[in-house]
Amino acid sequence: MAGNSTTVIPPDFRRTAPVDQTGIEERAARFTKRSIKQSSKRQALNMVLNMIDLTTLEGKDTDQKVRQLCYKAMHPHDELPNIPTVAAICVYPNFVRVAKKALDGSGIKVASVATAFPSGQSTRAIKLADTRFAVSEGADEVDMVISRGKFHAGEYNFVFDEIAAIKEACGQARLKVILETGELGSLDKVRRASEIAMYAGADFIKTSTGKIQPAATMPVTLVMLEAIRDFYYKTGIQVGMKPAGGISKSKLALHYLVMLRETLGQDWMSNEWFRFGASSLANDVLMQIRKETTGQYQSAAYFSVD
Amino acid sequence: MPINKNQTRLSVLKTYKLYIGGQFPRTESGRYYTVNDADGNALANACLSSRKDLRDAVTAARSAFGGWSGKTAYNRGQILYRMAEVVEARRIEMIRELTDSGSSTAQAKKEVDACIDTLVHFAGWCDKYQQLFSAVNPVASSHFNFSVPEPMGVVGIMANNKQPLLGLIQPMAAAIAGGNTCVIVAHTDRPLAAISFTEALATSDLPGGVVNILTGKTSELLPWMAGHLDVNAILMSSKDNSAWKDTQLAATANLKRIVSLSENDALSPYRILDLQEIKTTWHPIENIAPAGSAY
Repeated sequence: MAGNSTTVIPPDFRRTAPVDQTGIEERAARFTKRSIKQSSKRQALNMVLNMIDLTTLEGKDTDQKVRQLCYKAMHPHDELPNIPTVAAICVYPNFVRVAKKALDGSGIKVASVATAFPSGQSTRAIKLADTRFAVSEGADEVDMVISRGKFHAGEYNFVFDEIAAIKEACGQARLKVILETGELGSLDKVRRASEIAMYAGADFIKTSTGKIQPAATMPVTLVMLEAIRDFYYKTGIQVGMKPAGGISKSKLALHYLVMLRETLGQDWMSNEWFRFGASSLANDVLMQIRKETTGQYQSAAYFSVD
Repeated sequence: MPINKNQTRLSVLKTYKLYIGGQFPRTESGRYYTVNDADGNALANACLSSRKDLRDAVTAARSAFGGWSGKTAYNRGQILYRMAEVVEARRIEMIRELTDSGSSTAQAKKEVDACIDTLVHFAGWCDKYQQLFSAVNPVASSHFNFSVPEPMGVVGIMANNKQPLLGLIQPMAAAIAGGNTCVIVAHTDRPLAAISFTEALATSDLPGGVVNILTGKTSELLPWMAGHLDVNAILMSSKDNSAWKDTQLAATANLKRIVSLSENDALSPYRILDLQEIKTTWHPIENIAPAGSAY
């Protein structure tokens, strides 16, 4: 796996180019006008399902809840033949071992949040220990949060160094950097935070923890996708994208796929480079696939409760 | 309203829209059809709903179900009574809409009054049918065994009755009095009074999504309703044998209940029971029979 190395010399993040907010919103709105029907829709729905990071990040999570979710990841809906599994399970570090065992041999990755998720308010030492623990338990991917307070205070080097340190602690695990765009306040800042994360070594940039509203929106995701595109043109390094939170309907997920295809192109159209962080999206996708198969509108009563 | 050539200002004609989830959207399909009066003159354009409008309406009804069925029966009664109050305030408008579309003034008055009375009637039944239809059952083990009616869920109503407004309100009132939510396809040829009725609903205390009303062709919407796995029951006329049979067949996918709309007995509390499931509970009790009591 070709990870994002940190050999590229970072620019001055105070001079990040500003974003045309009106233009971004108009462009993002246009992606929702495409019509995807029949076999293309079937294929797109399968792709969405295969890109989901099935997530449970609750205070009430138990080992059994995580095992149940792992089963769902491997068997999304056994009545439907020829559907893919999800991409990964996303849990707290203390459930990584349980998830790893439950998913053994399935090829489904285990992602763990780390670094004092979701607020990120803790010391560097604790965040590193959190990360090392998740990796030592077997996490394939680490989802870290940036220090938004330091970012707002203009301490971009602090944020950069922290991401770089966590990246080092990840070892072979891929690092997703959560910007928590709902707390950043403007698209300019989303663009700046995206660049800091990528230059510091992020393998993925991710919109949100899912704990703050607004979470992922199409304009925010578009700004991040464009940052990924520009970073790729400058450095040749491919970085993945993960919108998370608030994407619970298939139709919206298909809009995101259109945006991905038209911004980054075919190379990003797999779960190696694009993920949806979601808990209820999977069931809606399954309902849509079943609707496409049977021709009948579906009821949530016939799909597993997560 | 027909345009009077002598008037000095052009009347502002009403756009008749759908009622879904407490909102008034146009049909997603962009289609419409012309509604005529009894003489064949154009009265207005109404939305020609598509299957996707039906899908949206069922989604709205399903999400409203938990809140509506979870209200106390007494509170549901209060809300039905409030619906009668706001319809009463629009009585003249409703009568005019019925006469425009072909009823005589006497018929229209009688129909609107009957609608208001129906709402008051079922408002009263909201917290009473449970006592009629519940039972404590004798069993041979040490259990307290009882059966109570529970609402089925989302009910589809095909309101193609000869009385366009009353034929909609009677089954609707029975459905929601029992805690169900509903998706109603209004009378195809005379839907205007039904849409005005939804404007009254929107200003009553009825939560959005409990009643959803579509206009359009029954023959187009019924098969999608019949096959929809999130619709639990359909009220329709049994007069059209082939539609009745097709609906019965499609309904087997989720064991939907298909109920024939009764025109004679529309105010009976059994119309509420038509849309209830009876739930029986076995509650273990200490065997205290020697003390002389069953529970």
